[in-house]
Amino acid sequence: MNRLLPFIGFMLLVGLFGFGIWWNTRHDPNAIPTPLLNKPAPAFNLPKLYEPAQTVSKADLLGKPYLLNVFASWCIECGVEHPVLTAEGPSLGVALVGYNYKDAPADAKNWLARHGNPYGLLIADEPGQTAIDFGVYGAPESFLIDAKGVIRYKHIGPLTPDVVAKELKPAIAAMLKEAP
Amino acid sequence: MTRQLFRMLLAASLLLGGFAHAQAIEPMPFKDHAQELRFQHLTHQLRCPMCQNETLADSNAPIARDLRNQIFRMMQQGRSDEEIKQYLVARYSEFVLYDPPLKPGTWLLWFGPLLILCGGTGVVLAAIRRRNRGDGAAEAPTDNGDDW
Repeated sequence: MNRLLPFIGFMLLVGLFGFGIWWNTRHDPNAIPTPLLNKPAPAFNLPKLYEPAQTVSKADLLGKPYLLNVFASWCIECGVEHPVLTAEGPSLGVALVGYNYKDAPADAKNWLARHGNPYGLLIADEPGQTAIDFGVYGAPESFLIDAKGVIRYKHIGPLTPDVVAKELKPAIAAMLKEAP
Repeated sequence: MTRQLFRMLLAASLLLGGFAHAQAIEPMPFKDHAQELRFQHLTHQLRCPMCQNETLADSNAPIARDLRNQIFRMMQQGRSDEEIKQYLVARYSEFVLYDPPLKPGTWLLWFGPLLILCGGTGVVLAAIRRRNRGDGAAEAPTDNGDDW
């Protein structure tokens, strides 16, 4: 029995490290859990990208669920996410609101002209001040906000077909089942 | 001639280098030196959410710059360090604190090392006790008189 002891210790370590590897393949070790999940989205009042004289507030968007997608023309991963949004957007069942983050309006418009515009509504946060209230620290990030203005789901990083199928769509389904 | 050109180039690069450095640090209009020290102390205790191995003070990421500006604004409004930390935790979770708060979720983090220390001490004590109990005869041949 005593002879087996080092081997058992070794196997325990193997198990621990194996668990660490398994855990990290399923979780993004850099993702910060948002404290805002299942809490009311922060209030905002931001200009529209194409009509900067008009602003859109949180209250304006109440009543219908929407997916708030934080993007920027300088963000490389957003280019990866964009075709997925374009392809999956219409079948999501919620409105797609583009949140242009820390971007020059001209750059954002050029980028959208080049890659296509999947958004029903586009708001711009050039100084990035409101984004702090959302806990945004990089783009892309996506927030699923329900009709009452509560954040139901958040994804940091690009929405991939896998994430859309396994996380976003179930979250939308659960939300719509609760309050259609 | 070449030497003069070289000098001019050197001067220009030093000047430009100086500008680039100034831009990275972005001097802020602090009220006094004490406030600047307080700002430095606070931003060194907070983690940049984007590049998680850097403090807010050290990071050049755009979000770190925005958060530094926000902290500066809140200081001008007379908010305390605790209020500023609460503000950031409410948005970016406790991840931004380098010093994790003591609560049930972090008990293992705080007391885990102590637990391991106690466990290790237990193992060592058990081994010593077993050895003293008379297994000494079996262990004796290890010491064969060679002093090296």
